[in-house]
Amino acid sequence: MRRLALALLLLGATAEARESSFALMSPETQAMQREDSANPGMLWVEEGRALWESAGCSGCHGDVAGMRGVAARYPAFDGAPIDLAGRIAQCQEARQHRIPFARDSGEALALAALIGLQSRGMPISPPDDPRLAPALARGEALYRERRGQLDLSCAQCHDANAGRHLAGSSIPEAHPTGYPLYRLEWQGMGSLQRRLRNCMTGVRSEPYAYGAPEYVAIELFLMRRAAGMALETPAVRP
Amino acid sequence: MARALINLPRTARRGEVIEIRTLIQHVMETGYRPRADGSVAPRDIITHFTCLYNNEEVFSVELAPAIAANPFLSFSLVTAESGILAFTWTGDNGFEQTETRSLTVT
Repeated sequence: MRRLALALLLLGATAEARESSFALMSPETQAMQREDSANPGMLWVEEGRALWESAGCSGCHGDVAGMRGVAARYPAFDGAPIDLAGRIAQCQEARQHRIPFARDSGEALALAALIGLQSRGMPISPPDDPRLAPALARGEALYRERRGQLDLSCAQCHDANAGRHLAGSSIPEAHPTGYPLYRLEWQGMGSLQRRLRNCMTGVRSEPYAYGAPEYVAIELFLMRRAAGMALETPAVRP
Repeated sequence: MARALINLPRTARRGEVIEIRTLIQHVMETGYRPRADGSVAPRDIITHFTCLYNNEEVFSVELAPAIAANPFLSFSLVTAESGILAFTWTGDNGFEQTETRSLTVT
């Protein structure tokens, strides 16, 4: 009994130890995310809903509500590690025989936001596929690798200094819980890859091209790190 | 056409104060930002928003540069009778969009 209580306590402690960057935002920005009628990300969701019909997604997948839980399970393995945006593009290319929407285009973000919304509130549950192991290890190595003129790794800010400040901004723990999300600085919607590119140019390193396997590897590692946290798509961030 | 979200109750009691929230997709380009080639991106903003309640203006706003993209406007209204609310955004480059919602007052 005591052992069980201790295990629960430890479980509670680890769950509490991680924090979505939602908690670091001002009450006003938090309210913006909480309230769907004030969340600009919902504009993209609405566009996604229209595309779900017009781009032919509903022909195979039926009602979008059937995509519940899907976004919480990516990146997955299909010949190679693939993220949700990559899966949407692959579906368009291989099954619909059309040119997929460009990465981070309004249409691609709209569909990803719509599919992400179906899993809102669900725990991130990355697949336990052994074929993902090499990419996962690569992702962790990239996360801990120093890069750029500032010679900083992701871990140096987001593990060692999370919760502290970089100039006026709080340093979050880098849990990708709400992508694609509406960022006030961008005045628009963006993907995790856009966020990663931001950080890479921030430490003055050259970012990988959109869709590069390195991003999927990092996302894989970050999603594993955030396993069990609730999905927030479409989130709002400052 | 731009995506717009409008949030208001469908029914209300007479004399009740209701809150209306609107959100519309728009770049709100200020007209001051240089592009990659050094030229200045021309201004493209929503300049005016009005809300008509049974064809009577109950709320209007002049918008200016430096207002964020995808502007969110929230205002309140004292209900009088059932009818139609018409929301119109007008702006640069001939931008004009009208959305209507019905309101039942009991």
